[in-house]
Amino acid sequence: MRRTLPIFVVLAVLLVAIAVANPYFLEPPAFLAFVKRAAPLVILAAGQYAVIVSGEFDLSVGSLVTAEVVIAARLIDGSAEATWPVVALLIVLGLLVGLVNGVVTTLLRVPSFITTLGMLLILSGAIFLWTGGAPRGALSEEFRELGRGSLGPVPWSVLILVVVAAAAAYAMRARFGHTLVAVGDNDRAAALSGVRVARVRTVAFMISGLAAAVAAILLGGFAGVSAQVGKGLEFQAITAVVLGGVALGGGRGSVVAAMAGAFTLEALFTLLNLYGISGALEPAVQGVIIIAAVALGAVRFPRRRVAATS
Amino acid sequence: MTQQLKLRRVSAEGSFLRRLSADRPARPVYLALVLLIVLGWLLFALDGGQFLSLENVVGIQQRSAALGIVAVGQTLVILAGSLDLSVTYLISLTSLVAAEIMAGSDANVPAAVAAVLAVSALVGLANGLIVTRLRVHAFIATLGVALIIRGALDERYDGPAGSVPASFQHLGYDRIGPLPVSALLWAAVAASVWLLLSRTRLGYRIYAVGGDIEVARLSGVRTERVVVVAHVVCSVCSGIAGLLLASRLGAGAPTVGTDGGYDLESIAAVVLGGTALAGGRGGVAGTVGGVLLLAVLDSIFNQLEVNSFAKDVVRGVVLVAALAIYARRRRTS
Amino acid sequence: MNSYSRRLLACAALAVVTLSAAACTSDKPATSSASAGSGSAEPAGSAAAKDAGTGDQSKFFVQADYDAQMAMRKAQADGPADKPWEQTIDAQLVDTGKYKKSGPYNLCFSNAAVNNPWRQVGLKNMQAEVALHKEIAKFTALDAEGKDDKQISDIAELQGKGCDVLIVSPNTTATLTPAVAGACPKVPVIVFDRGVQTDCPVTFIKPIGGYAFGAEAAEFLVDKVPAGGKILALRILPGVDVLETRWSAAKVAFDKSDLDVVGVEFTDGDAAKTKSVVSDYIQRFGKIDGVWMDAGATAVAAVEAFEDAGQPVPPINGEDQQDFLKKWSDSKLTAIAPTYPTYQWRTPIIAALKILKGEQVPKVWNLPQPTITQDNLTTYLKPGMPPLHYAMCGCENLPGYPEKWGGTS
Repeated sequence: MRRTLPIFVVLAVLLVAIAVANPYFLEPPAFLAFVKRAAPLVILAAGQYAVIVSGEFDLSVGSLVTAEVVIAARLIDGSAEATWPVVALLIVLGLLVGLVNGVVTTLLRVPSFITTLGMLLILSGAIFLWTGGAPRGALSEEFRELGRGSLGPVPWSVLILVVVAAAAAYAMRARFGHTLVAVGDNDRAAALSGVRVARVRTVAFMISGLAAAVAAILLGGFAGVSAQVGKGLEFQAITAVVLGGVALGGGRGSVVAAMAGAFTLEALFTLLNLYGISGALEPAVQGVIIIAAVALGAVRFPRRRVAATS
Repeated sequence: MTQQLKLRRVSAEGSFLRRLSADRPARPVYLALVLLIVLGWLLFALDGGQFLSLENVVGIQQRSAALGIVAVGQTLVILAGSLDLSVTYLISLTSLVAAEIMAGSDANVPAAVAAVLAVSALVGLANGLIVTRLRVHAFIATLGVALIIRGALDERYDGPAGSVPASFQHLGYDRIGPLPVSALLWAAVAASVWLLLSRTRLGYRIYAVGGDIEVARLSGVRTERVVVVAHVVCSVCSGIAGLLLASRLGAGAPTVGTDGGYDLESIAAVVLGGTALAGGRGGVAGTVGGVLLLAVLDSIFNQLEVNSFAKDVVRGVVLVAALAIYARRRRTS
Repeated sequence: MNSYSRRLLACAALAVVTLSAAACTSDKPATSSASAGSGSAEPAGSAAAKDAGTGDQSKFFVQADYDAQMAMRKAQADGPADKPWEQTIDAQLVDTGKYKKSGPYNLCFSNAAVNNPWRQVGLKNMQAEVALHKEIAKFTALDAEGKDDKQISDIAELQGKGCDVLIVSPNTTATLTPAVAGACPKVPVIVFDRGVQTDCPVTFIKPIGGYAFGAEAAEFLVDKVPAGGKILALRILPGVDVLETRWSAAKVAFDKSDLDVVGVEFTDGDAAKTKSVVSDYIQRFGKIDGVWMDAGATAVAAVEAFEDAGQPVPPINGEDQQDFLKKWSDSKLTAIAPTYPTYQWRTPIIAALKILKGEQVPKVWNLPQPTITQDNLTTYLKPGMPPLHYAMCGCENLPGYPEKWGGTS
């Protein structure tokens, strides 16, 4: 818990700063709207966490999100009956892309940075080859409901997020979680103690693919079909995970902190917007904060290591 | 992701520095390049065209020069076990610095070149120090620096700015026979870095640091300094690419770097050339081959009028397949 | 180790100096006295506006261009009424006798990019137009993928392919000017969409322009929104000439009105961000009375933000994309859709054939720029076409419609 504390402090400070500028922010509707907006990125961060903590990268999630939304639109084409089969198909597709990423990385021994970069190119090219350049068809109202609608006062996406977060936290406390971290920490040692490293890492990629599918369903639901819905999400997700104190290279960090990192990033965007920081300076502020956050984490690292092993 | 590789490499011991710098992984990429050229020649012949026409040969070189220069720099940082994602925005920034200082006058060219080299060296220094002193992973460090430069660009520029005098445009447009000056500049940069890697102590140290930073440190290499210098040289290469692009465009443009996608594409070219992403293995010759491979592929796509989506698919497949083959060779050899 | 990097620098510097001095051949175009073409943007700077929440006037604003476009909006176009892509406004015809030759023809096209639905639809229009003419034996199109540097190389490469006419859709006005100027002496050049800063092309084809687009939408809001109403202006991103002109014309209209522009926000053309921004404004101001957009791609997301907040959708403008037109019709919006018609992609082929047959063409070919209003909405709403299809494509009678454009009949 001590390890993950800084990100929660930062998140709390940001939320307070937002609340100072906009007193309504902490009232349930506004706050739920904020959580709803952050949900896709938080889910992506949870998936990306699984890959990163096992010692790999997943750069393909952004284009996977775009591909999923475009596929959904074309296959559903406004029809209510097609909605649920297509949602199931999207989930399967997400898992499948993760499986391919994992197999190519572990069995063919291509560095995951390159595997997923290749997957990024292939997905973004293939999807528009299939649709002839621009999205076709339309999403049904039923599909949109998940990202747009709500159950009483609570948006569906917030409920889905809660389920995902609970599942992620549980999985990381279970044996699977320990194995995943062990593989990222030292895959050789893990292999020697009987862990099937390739299989564990492949599962991590499949979790990331699954997260991308869920995020795509929420994003497509929230804002509709667009050719650039997933643009830049891979970097945002990695940034969020790193903000949460998870080390690139694997073996350290908690999934709850990674998700808090995603919330922090979203809160940061909201805050910059609220205080009217010009759109131009936004990336610069973001850049400084990322470097600072990771640098602070790294400086404290030796002490933590002792704490963790003792 | 790198631990297995590292462990295996340490066991090579003894003369491993010298063997690695022999740059053997470059061979397959040149083989692929020759095959691709033959294929291109066939395709063009069937189409009634001429693959090795002057326009085409010049075009291939012109198209690859800027990426080539960036990729040579990227090779250095990757060999040292680092990475640079800030090259795109640095290229845009330096193209603007160059064009604005030149302001259309010949007299300002030396000042502009000096300023570009200074700015890019500074950015490289920042990258290197953040990676080594602050211990930020290179991916995040250079991504952060990229965002900072982007903020500065967005804040200050909203379109092409400055202007390059006619004399400086010779750099981008002139050629000696079939060899464009830009390609010669690329060759000069590549040759310098090749010399640096294969003939100097710094070169050996870069391989050593990328191969295993702990072993290098224990054998007395000041690893931090090596990584910083690699970053500085890489950024200077981006600055040179920025100068070249400014000369091509006749002005500086805040989007020229991002449009070119030089960050991921230069990394792709480097690994296509057989350099290990984890560092310590590979070299400039392979990178040059990787860039040429991409450029010839592009030229064939152009001839066939393949749309850009199909191009992306092919590029992705080529990239992954090439790396899978390299990994296989490494295991079997 | 510093000496190594210094040596490297020295090497590079030496290469630059010696090589540029000893150059033998240059592919660099001899820059003819580049007179400011229609695409040029000279900073106006002086436009001091009263503060209506709209900020400073864009440095891309050129009063003369603005005035010209405002006049053209009211002007009557010449040409066949049912084929707006053949119509012209204020044509200054030039002779093309010197380019006359007999077919079959080889047309070449250097395309800036096909990276958005507007360009996708446009390219399909152009290809279909080519297919209409048997005298075109060959049509070579190179896609620069949004890269200035690649387009410069593409234009050079096309000059070696024996083109009878070179059509260019420049990626950036300023940076493509030298390449176009270099091609002009060798082959008749047609430029469309964005311009270049030289008048050497035989003809420059464009719709009326960005000022007309922005003004059309802003005037609609001034008309429909009660005085004092709160306006939210959504822009894609700053610094793009064709988008800056749209906003600067809207700014002129808003500054003259009684409306209160409460925010000018950038959306990056991202639907989710657009929806978030609009939701934030609804929350902050309680009510927004009108939305102005510089491009229609995310208009539906803006509309949905009002629906999700349980508020009536205020007057809004979009563009001629099907998803917006459908929303407009289904939800009975108070809306307008100025267009930047994709049918302009047909015109370069028509112009090329005119030039090769020695017929006169306008030096600047101004195409009409129709607006979709409540009255003609049903004409442009085409069920079966993809959501991001642009209605003003003039493609309904082309071979392969609607399947080639992704629709179903």
